[in-house]
Amino acid sequence: MTPTTHDLAHLIDHDRVHGSLYADPAIFEAELQKIWYRTWVYVGHESEVPNAGDFVMKSIGPQPIIMTRSSAGAVLLLLNRCPHRGNQVCTVPKGNARTFSCPYHNWTFANDGRLTAFAFPSGYSGQDMSRLGLGRVPRVASYRGFVFGSFAPDGPSLAEHLGGAAETIDRLCDASPEGEVEITAGFLQHRVRANWKFVLENETDGYHPAFVHSSIFSVADSGIGALYGQKSTALTRDYGNGHTEVDLRPEFRRLGRPLAWFGTTPERMAEYAARMKGAHGEKKATEIMIDGTPHVMIFPNLFIAEIQIFVIQARAVDDTVQHVTALQLKGAADFNRRLRQQTMGSVGPAGLLLADDSEMYERTQRGVQMRDPEWLFIGRGRHRESVDENGYQVAHATDELPQRGIWRHYRALMEAA
Amino acid sequence: MSTQTSDDAVLGRVEQFIYREARLQDEHRYAEWEALWTDDAIYWVPANGDDIDPEQQMSIIYDNRSRIGVRVRQLLTGRRYTQEPRSRLRHLITNVEVVDHEVNAIRAACNVMVFESNLRGETIWAARTAYLLREANGALKMATKKVELVNNDKPLHTLSFLI
Repeated sequence: MTPTTHDLAHLIDHDRVHGSLYADPAIFEAELQKIWYRTWVYVGHESEVPNAGDFVMKSIGPQPIIMTRSSAGAVLLLLNRCPHRGNQVCTVPKGNARTFSCPYHNWTFANDGRLTAFAFPSGYSGQDMSRLGLGRVPRVASYRGFVFGSFAPDGPSLAEHLGGAAETIDRLCDASPEGEVEITAGFLQHRVRANWKFVLENETDGYHPAFVHSSIFSVADSGIGALYGQKSTALTRDYGNGHTEVDLRPEFRRLGRPLAWFGTTPERMAEYAARMKGAHGEKKATEIMIDGTPHVMIFPNLFIAEIQIFVIQARAVDDTVQHVTALQLKGAADFNRRLRQQTMGSVGPAGLLLADDSEMYERTQRGVQMRDPEWLFIGRGRHRESVDENGYQVAHATDELPQRGIWRHYRALMEAA
Repeated sequence: MSTQTSDDAVLGRVEQFIYREARLQDEHRYAEWEALWTDDAIYWVPANGDDIDPEQQMSIIYDNRSRIGVRVRQLLTGRRYTQEPRSRLRHLITNVEVVDHEVNAIRAACNVMVFESNLRGETIWAARTAYLLREANGALKMATKKVELVNNDKPLHTLSFLI
């Protein structure tokens, strides 16, 4: 299918976007071709397939993807479709297998997707088996264990795509005594009847927490609320390529207390704190523990939210799934238990935070289908944008700088040939 | 009193307890519902199967007594927007069984279907629910409640009412 080029000048302005971008099925179809089946999309983490033969079901937009570790040790992204007559080859969420056999006519594939055997092979005399393997996502690359796939055979490298936002993943990994995160706690899958871009834009919207989450802030003393107030010194940042961040470090540095960002102390996380000091030295470990982990949205679908990750899956114009799990830091058992407990309380279908965000997504989806006004206004804080020491645009924690950055990149992708 | 009569009496008490709990949930009587829990309670809705290790794997809900209290207090603020306006709900309870009965511990289970109507639309939830009930001052209380949703391995809509 050849993607058509869309002129979006009449739908995306510098401080407003048209409601049809969230609700028009034709726009969604164009997004699949121009974004989901083209740019780098986060798929999974290497720690989910630690051993040869391990596999786990993932997705790129509506496409189910089998992430495997081949017998040779490579992480591959295979399409779950038998090249014979189209049957689904894998029907379990994860496992370990040297081969996948299609139950329909028993064609057998190695865990790297190669066709290794036909049933009743005399019917295929002279057939070139190398042309009949499982489909593969043509480009697979990983950064610090985070595996991305691109359906485009050529294009910017993953490093070019991540750009400056790669540093946020470094920051996350630095919070582990062994410099690695692991994804081992299983995913909750939270479905919303809303367009994926409402989810994407909300992840670095620092304006909503004071209102959407006021109920939980008033009954649980988490300290999060103050980070997103009018007087907050936290920043929003646009890394380009659609990647955006709420940088909470200015607030945590002002407090100057290690692990305050996580509502705890080095004394209560003694094992973790000791291992961090062993790994990084006293000074650096203290700095890392003051700064906390990042709050960054890697376009289009990986949200690193301090203690958990969300993987956004666009399934239809008004059907989005948030796959969410606790981050686990390698070599930090006491810390990881708290990460799981805090994550379970806040996210997923019953989450004390995310159920309210998701309510907003669904109400907004219904709202943008009303006729008047046709536009959404994203101009908050335009007059107070500035440039940081690395050349990235920053603004106040509650400003809509991230949303403007997301739409700028979105338009560039959608208008590309 | 024969054993049979005694068992029937236990089953009857369990049924009445489960029906009442369901009615308190349906009618958003949060404080009365919270009073049904013991001090060491666990409210558990697993994900990705019914027999996962909740200490290691993500669950949809895995609340200790303290977090049950937070959940209830959040609902009582009037700003838990996913429940403002509140879902209209009816729990249907069937297949109630007393699985095991000791002096002060009754293990019981039932099948549950919940019909929910809210701003999004209508949603049907189905589960096998297992209870550990204990006697306290002549009344039963919930020490554990585990809700095994039939579709807990799939993407689920927001589940913000008390299931």
